[in-house]
Amino acid sequence: MTSNTSPAIELRGAGKAFRTPSGALHTAVRDLDLTVERGEFVAVVGPTGCGKSTTLTLVSGLEEPTEGEVLVGGEPVGGIGGNVGFVFQQDAVFPWRTVLSNVMAGPRFRGVAKAEARERARDWLARVGLSAFEDRYPHQLSGGQRKRVALAATFVNDPGILLMDEPFSALDVQTRALMSDQLLDLWAGTGSSVVFVTHDLEESIALADKVVVMTAGPATVKEVFTIDLPRPRKVEEVRLEPRFVEIYREIWSSLGEEVRITRERGAAHAA
Amino acid sequence: MPPESVSLPAAGALAKPSDAAERSKARARAVRRRALLVNGARLLVLVLFLGLWEWFSRAGVIDKFNFSMPSEVYDQIRTWVMHGTAQGSLAEQIWATLQEALYGWVIGVAAGVLLGIALGRVRFLADVFGPYVKILNAMPRIVLAPIFLIWFGLGPASKVASAVVLVFFPVFFNAFQGAREVDRNLVANARILGASNRQVTFQVVIPSATSWIFTSLHVSFGFALIGAIVGEYIGATKGLGLMVSTAQGTFNSAGVYAAMVILAVVALIAEGLLTFLEKRLFRWKPAESGAR
Repeated sequence: MTSNTSPAIELRGAGKAFRTPSGALHTAVRDLDLTVERGEFVAVVGPTGCGKSTTLTLVSGLEEPTEGEVLVGGEPVGGIGGNVGFVFQQDAVFPWRTVLSNVMAGPRFRGVAKAEARERARDWLARVGLSAFEDRYPHQLSGGQRKRVALAATFVNDPGILLMDEPFSALDVQTRALMSDQLLDLWAGTGSSVVFVTHDLEESIALADKVVVMTAGPATVKEVFTIDLPRPRKVEEVRLEPRFVEIYREIWSSLGEEVRITRERGAAHAA
Repeated sequence: MPPESVSLPAAGALAKPSDAAERSKARARAVRRRALLVNGARLLVLVLFLGLWEWFSRAGVIDKFNFSMPSEVYDQIRTWVMHGTAQGSLAEQIWATLQEALYGWVIGVAAGVLLGIALGRVRFLADVFGPYVKILNAMPRIVLAPIFLIWFGLGPASKVASAVVLVFFPVFFNAFQGAREVDRNLVANARILGASNRQVTFQVVIPSATSWIFTSLHVSFGFALIGAIVGEYIGATKGLGLMVSTAQGTFNSAGVYAAMVILAVVALIAEGLLTFLEKRLFRWKPAESGAR
């Protein structure tokens, strides 16, 4: 990091357009202005398929913006940075590696010695409660356990920036709440900045310091809400608080409109 | 027959738990009975086939000289085992063919995997070589065997070469496809975790392509045997293919069948070894539902 004063992530007028197989230009995101401070937990909500995930791929360096600038730690993103962690929506654990080997993968890719990598991996496996499963293969685990492997594999690299793309959307409701709490616990000690993409407004309020509402696609930032609920939070409890309900209503009045637009478009396509 | 009907007479007097135990025992019996039935039916088909063949041949329904019969084939195999063939002992012939097939297979697989993965990973290479590979694949490659005979002579080299060209293509295409169809999420994840291009190739692409490659290994060992046999058939000093051609030359139809039987046994053993190896390598894969 060059200077300690620059925000963790900054998007300035960033946009991304893809060439579709038929040759048409599809704009996923446009005019994105967004700042994520150091150590801040930002949730991005928007209607399904509006281009939220594209925002993450721009920050991660997996894709380059076609317009504008993306800065991480004050420097423009060029390729995949070593300081970034990414938790994907689908399972992205390596099926041919055991649980321990999966968590060791990151440090090993980065040239950490085997013994040290194993030690660090065991430490993170203990923190996600999977120590007893280190010799299993991913197909022998439940969906929630696999997600915890993915979390451990990401955190073991000690990323300053954590990008999460609807990581818990494939889990059942109870597992989801459990994982959210676990994520908050893991994150609390690290001081990293998080961008958490979701279409679930409840989840975003329960987790984040700041909720960014995106418009219907092509997506851009519509409104930013600060969540002033005290930490530490328990997601199951916090959603019963009157302040939570108040915030929910406030944000939904903004998000609901975009959801309706998306739905009407879908209906128009179907007709 | 439903298993319940077996346990029902006892059920009246017995308490519930032992009733359940009885039922599961009956179920196990039914499973065993079915396995016995299937194996019995298989044996019956074989006996029927061989019996009819023998009978037709002896009765003169089919021409004995052209079609031979199982007992003669058996005698021929016995003669070969006991007294050796015209070119030396039977084991020597089998080993010669196996060796050629094995060399051809190893070379073909190595080349196929290497080039398949290289072309699957590097778009430029795929674009340049793609059409040539297609042209070569469209050719009936078995006709190359006579050319190899001219190039490499009567020795094993010409058989190895024809085995190589037969093995290469299926392996190549599977490796290529395997490298192309790697889950993009896995690659993205590996890159985020810090993998270099090389590490992505060796630790993500190759492992996930192995199941594709292994499918082709099964088929391609059969191809390697075909390559070796055809090569020998056209011209050789040793091998099962030469035995077929000698038998044919002396109108010994039993000899042709006998060589075929030996070949089938060899191929089955090789197939079994490959399956065993595959099971050890793919412990990370979930067991297929319904598979035994």
